[in-house]
Parts: sequence; C-alpha cells; structure tokens
Amino acid sequence: MAETKIDSNVFVQFDRVQKSYDGVSLVVKDLSLAMPRGEFLTMLGPSGSGKTTCLMMLAGFETATYGDIMLDGISINNIPPHKRGIGMVFQNYALFPHMTVAENLAFPLEVRKIPKTEREAKVKLALEMVQMGDFGGRRPAQLSGGQQQRVALARALVFEAELVLMDEPLGALDKQLREHMQFEIKRIANNLGITVVYVTHDQTEALTMSDRVAVFDDGRIQQLAPPDELYESPQNSFVAQFIGENNTLEGVVKEIVNGVALVQLDDGKLIDCNPVNVSKPGERTRVSIRPERVEFNKDRLQEGAHTLKAEVLEFIYMGDIFRTRLRVAGNDDFIVKTRNAPDQVRLEPGAQIDIGWLPSDCRALDA
Amino acid sequence: MSVNPATAPLLSADGMPLKKSLGRALRRQKIRALMLIAPLLLFVFVAFIMPIVSMLFRSVENDIVADTLPQTVLELQSWDAELGELPPEVVYAALASDIKIAAKARKHTKVGLRLNYEQSGVASLFKKTARKAKKWDGDADAPFKEKLIEVHKSWGEIEIWQTLKVHSSNYTSGYFLNAIDMRKTVSGPEFQPEEKQVLILLFKRTLVMSLIIMGTCILLGYPVAWLLANLPARQANLLMILVLLPFWTSLLVRTSAWKVMLQQQGVINDLLVQLGLVADSARLVMINNETGTIVAMTHILLPFMILPMYSVMQTIPPTYLRAAKSLGATNWTAFWRVYFPQTVPGIGAGSILVFILAIGYYITPEIVGGSKGVFISNRIAYSILKSLNWGLGAALASILLVAVLVLYWTYDKIVGIDNVKLGG
Ligand SMILES: Nc1ncnc2c1ncn2[C@@H]1O[C@H](COP(=O)(O)OP(=O)(O)O)[C@@H](O)[C@H]1O
Ligand SMILES: [Mg+2]
Repeated sequence: MAETKIDSNVFVQFDRVQKSYDGVSLVVKDLSLAMPRGEFLTMLGPSGSGKTTCLMMLAGFETATYGDIMLDGISINNIPPHKRGIGMVFQNYALFPHMTVAENLAFPLEVRKIPKTEREAKVKLALEMVQMGDFGGRRPAQLSGGQQQRVALARALVFEAELVLMDEPLGALDKQLREHMQFEIKRIANNLGITVVYVTHDQTEALTMSDRVAVFDDGRIQQLAPPDELYESPQNSFVAQFIGENNTLEGVVKEIVNGVALVQLDDGKLIDCNPVNVSKPGERTRVSIRPERVEFNKDRLQEGAHTLKAEVLEFIYMGDIFRTRLRVAGNDDFIVKTRNAPDQVRLEPGAQIDIGWLPSDCRALDA
Repeated sequence: MSVNPATAPLLSADGMPLKKSLGRALRRQKIRALMLIAPLLLFVFVAFIMPIVSMLFRSVENDIVADTLPQTVLELQSWDAELGELPPEVVYAALASDIKIAAKARKHTKVGLRLNYEQSGVASLFKKTARKAKKWDGDADAPFKEKLIEVHKSWGEIEIWQTLKVHSSNYTSGYFLNAIDMRKTVSGPEFQPEEKQVLILLFKRTLVMSLIIMGTCILLGYPVAWLLANLPARQANLLMILVLLPFWTSLLVRTSAWKVMLQQQGVINDLLVQLGLVADSARLVMINNETGTIVAMTHILLPFMILPMYSVMQTIPPTYLRAAKSLGATNWTAFWRVYFPQTVPGIGAGSILVFILAIGYYITPEIVGGSKGVFISNRIAYSILKSLNWGLGAALASILLVAVLVLYWTYDKIVGIDNVKLGG
C-alpha cells in the first residue's frame, strides 16, 4: 500500500490482510498488526480462530487473499518461503527422522552453502544454547518430547534468523516441562534479541511469555495489548472471558454520566460501572468483575464500593487460595477468590452475605 | 493361611501352584488358536511346502538307472572308464540280462529317455536293444559282447559306457551341472560345447531384464504414488481405481493387448509413422524381443511398485517439506534431502516385490518375448512340459529359488528388511 506509515521501528507488519481457503468464508478478516524489532508477540485464541493461518501466511506457505504482509518494510507476498529467512518451530517439531540431531541443525546451513568448519561450530553452539550439546549424534526418535522440542528450537535459530515463528511449540509437553520451556524460550529469545511470533491457545503461556498478546477470535484480533493490560482492562466480553477467570452479570445501561455507567442488573439492582464498550442508555451489557476484586469482609471494603446481596453455594479449599461460589443477581456461578491468610473467613454454604467492589473494577462490556 | 507368603509358591484359587495353572490356561489358548489355523497350515504344507521339497528332491534324484539296470551298474563299478577300453564280457552279459527284465516290465524306455538327456540317441538304442534282448535266453546266447554290438554299433563305442557309469549313482549333481551349462563326464565336470550353452545366458538375461523392469517401475511408479498420496481425496480415489484397474482384467488379455499395440503394423508404429518420426520402411520392432517383454511386464508389475510406495508416502506429513523450505531449502532440495530419503523404505518394498515377481514370470515373456525376450522360467516350463526333463527343470527352479533367497538376504544385510514398509 502506498500510504503505509514508514516507521523504521516496525519489523513485521500485516496490513489489512484477509484470507479465505474456499472462497466462501473468511478465515482471517481484515487483520492489521505492526511489530517492532525484538518483540515477543503471542497470538492467543481458541482453536480454529485463524492463528496458524496467520503464521503460515507470514512464513509463506499460504498466500493472503487480500492485503500486504511486510518484513522490514518490504512486501513479502511474492517471496517464496525458502527466501524469507524466517525460522520456524512446528507444533510436532518436524525434525527430519532420517537425520541425526546435528544433521538436522546443519541442514539450513548446508543449503546456505556455509563451509563445513563454520557449520560445525555453529551447530555446536546452537546445541549448547539449548543444553543439548551431547545429543548431536542421536536420531530424533531417540529423544524425549522435551529434547525434541529443544532441538527444533535450535534448528530454527541456528541460521540466525531475525524472525522466528512458533506454532504451539509446547503443546505436546506435560505441564512441568512446558513451564520450564516457556522460561527457556523467553530467555533465549531475549538473549538473541530476535523477534518472535508465538502461537498458543494457553492463556497462561501467553501472559507469562509475551511482550504483547494478540487475542484472536473468529479471524479477528479482539485485543492487542501487553499482558497486564489485557487482564486488567479487557476491551470486550470475549477477552474478559478468555483471559483469566471472570464473573459476568447481565443488565441494561440506564445512563452514562461523567464516565460512569449506571447499569440495572436483570434482578433490578442498580450498580455503577466503568463503561468500556457501551455508549448509550438502553443497551444490553455484560458487566465483568475479576474474582479477586470482590470483597465480602466489610472492614476491608474500600471507599466508594457498593454492595450486593449474595448467597454462599460452595466453598472450595485450594491451598493458597479459597474459592467461594456465590449466587449473585441470579448468577449461580459467581466466584470469589480470597487469599489464604490467617485472618481470612471461611464462608459456610447457605450463608447470606454482602459483597462489594470498586466501580472502577467492574467493567460494562458488550452483551 | 498360615504359610509364610514370602516363601510359599503362589497358589491360585483352587490351590494349584499359580505357575502351573497359568501354564495350563496358556496351553489351552495356544491349542485353540492352533486349531483355528490348522486348515491353513495343512493347506500350506500340502500346496506349498511339499511341492518345493519334492522339486528340490527331483533335481538330484537319479534312481532310475540303478533301479532298472542293477547288475550292469554293479559290474561297471570295477571297470575303469578312463582307460579307453571297452568293458569286459561280464558287463555286456549283465546289461543283456538287465534289459531283458526291464523290457518285460516296460521300463527300458524310461531309462533310455533319462540317458538320452546326456547323450542323444540313447533312447532309440535302448528301444532297439530291448526288442532283440527279449528273445535271448540266459547263458545259452553268450557271449553277449558281439551280439550287442551287432544289434547296435553304439555298444562298441566307449562313450555309451562312460555315460552309463557316470550317471548310475542314485543321486546326481548332473542336473545342476546341466543347469549351468556344464555336464558330468568321467573326468569330472566340464563345460558343454559352445553351441549348447544357453542357460547361463538365460539366467543373466532374466536377472538383467528383471532389474530393468524394476527400474522402469520405480521411475514410472514414483510420481504416480506421490500424486496418490498428495491429491485431494476424491481425485486420489479415482487415480487409485485406475492403478488397480489392471488387477481386474485378465493377465492374458492385457499381454495380448500389448501385442496389438507394439507389433509392426500396430497402433504405436502407425502413430510414429503418421507423425513422421519413423519411416514406413523402418517400422520399429518392439514385440517378440526384449523391448516387448520389458514394456508389457512393466505395465503388469507397476501396481506392485506403486502400492507400497503410496502407503509409505501417505505416512509422511507435509510439515517436513514445509520445515525444509522454512530452513531455506528450494523445492528440489527439500524433496531430495528430506522427502525422498523417507520414501526409500517404500521403494525398497516395491522393488523387492517387483523384482521377485519379475524373475519368475512366465506368461508374459512367453507371449511377447519371442526368442530373445524369454526368461529362465520359460525354459523351466519347456523342460517340464516339452522335453520332459523334470530333473533339469527342478534344478533350474532350485537355482532360481536360491538366487532369490540370496538376493533377499543381501538386501536385508544392506538395507535391512525392517526398513521395508508395505503399509503404514
Ligand atoms: N488448508 C486449509 N484448507 C481449508 N481450510 C483450512 C485450512 N487450514 C485451516 N483451515 C480452516 O481455517 C480455520 C482457521 O484454522 P487455523 O488457522 O488452523 O486455526 P488455529 O490455528 O487458530 O486453530 C479453521 O476453521 C480451519 O478449518
Ligand atoms: Mg493452529
């Protein structure tokens, strides 16, 4: 596009990209995205939301139906995958089974005609970087899942790509290993200063690893923001529901005055909310409150908080926290999380209590 | 129970030692399984193992001479065949008596036929001699030496006696020697005269042409298998039907069709002439020679190459090619370095299958091969059906069998049979 903002800082750019496989429906709808050099960006979203498709378009294995994808200011739409110089880690690793680990790593260097001695040095270095220095002679089938993962990572990095794409690289690992590898990948990416586009459907992974997270749904980016912003200020109901745990109360906007929305809940109660995604009175809305922002201890309720009646349905002891399920304004799934502190009250099922929160913590979003 | 559980053998519920009752249960299972496959085992034994054993046996068996002419064979033992002298009177007497008995039992033609393989003319010699010998009466007609030579002058030549002596043992390596263009003589194995040496040539031709057929099958089958594995399901199914179509038509019909296609006035020559690629006077000879055999057999064996390749290719996920390209490989490098090596097991399986089928093929070379395109199996059929030399046929077949086993073994050593995949 002619009028693309020339921003020397932008490294990867999607400009109004659309993609359709069948000519009937759009899998990616009008996607625009700009990434600075060195950023760790995660595409997070439910399965089928178009994340892999975006990654494949960036890597060159799928062509955009409309729009431009640019790398370092140059449109790459017509550059074949092998000339893009983008490193890629596949979900099932795609390590070549007939080559040893070292041969796998040497492959991208060989096709770049790098001399043998230099090649060997680079392979060694890359293997050491992922702590697999002793495994060069093994076949991929002789490695555990986590080890294969490391090798796949090393292979994507060994030819010094500036941009590395990872499509659910930790999907096949168990929880503990996954957490360890998250840390490891993040560390390596930081050390090398590479730009990473990371795809996952695991929100914890996205939040802990990324500089910014793009939440995908239905072929669109629902919100693109740093993890804290995403969690604390979700822009719509989908993001609020998808990221972290969330309580929803449904109602109708009565009025919006001075940046505060008055919402009448479906049981008739009126509460003040932060109007994020509502604009005019009469609109239906979903009010979102994070479980840890709800307080039932009168002494701790902050100034300006308002209260609602609630009935305790269930108390679950989870070690570090208590999780209490309440009925609030007709919603049986209202969760409150409290820290397991010495003075913390353990609520009995059946008890009638008052709960409250700050109006700024409760966000009126789209219905 | 008060028994110390650590030292006492474990008992099952009815008080038997656990090991014993487990063994009994397993044995019952095994017997039941065996009974289920018993008909198959019996069938395999009768229809497969026994014919092979009997064939192997026939290739060395040689009872007929010793059985029919027992006294002669016994007397010949003390005769030195290499001295160049005719045997003494006792041998002639023994022969006369043997032939008389054989003629009465009508066994003389068989032994004549047997020795005729080794020296032509022996069959008629035996017939003629038997006719006369029937009328002779024991010692009254002695001496027999002159009498026999009178009946047929061959009895006065040393060759017939040498042949008799050399081929009198109950087991013989003669058929195997014949099968490799050699023969047994009094002074040990010797090559056949030049003009009779055809079998080694045939073996070589069978081997070389089978390799060529295997090669053309690989070249033609690989792209087809690749298409099968990579086309969308609907088109792949259609293609698969086309690949399997030959199996639904008679082999004879397909081979005959090639005759129509390839002959000098056939479709292909007509086309080439019309296109001006070949002069009308110089129409290509593509049938009744090696070309005909190679073309027709490649066509017939192609599915056996495509199917194993396809089943291997089907299991290779497309992400490998994508990974290779993302690492900087061109389409060709990605194919050659990443895809192709993974399909080698399929090529191996197809090649073994095609090669082994080709090496023993009979009908197609017989129909389209002419004289230059026939295989060793055609010679085996000729020995068994026409010249009735079953021993030679069996020896040729045994060599073929051993050759295939040796090749299989070599392949296993080099490539490893575990690396061969017929199915995913
Ligand atoms: N090669 C393809 N052909 C047709 N449809 C596809 C293809 N790949 C993906 N899709 C469809 O596109 C949508 C998005 O898929 P994908 O990008 O893989 O989602 P995600 O990675 O977020 O799970 C899905 O509905 C999927 O069925
Ligand atoms: Mg995906």
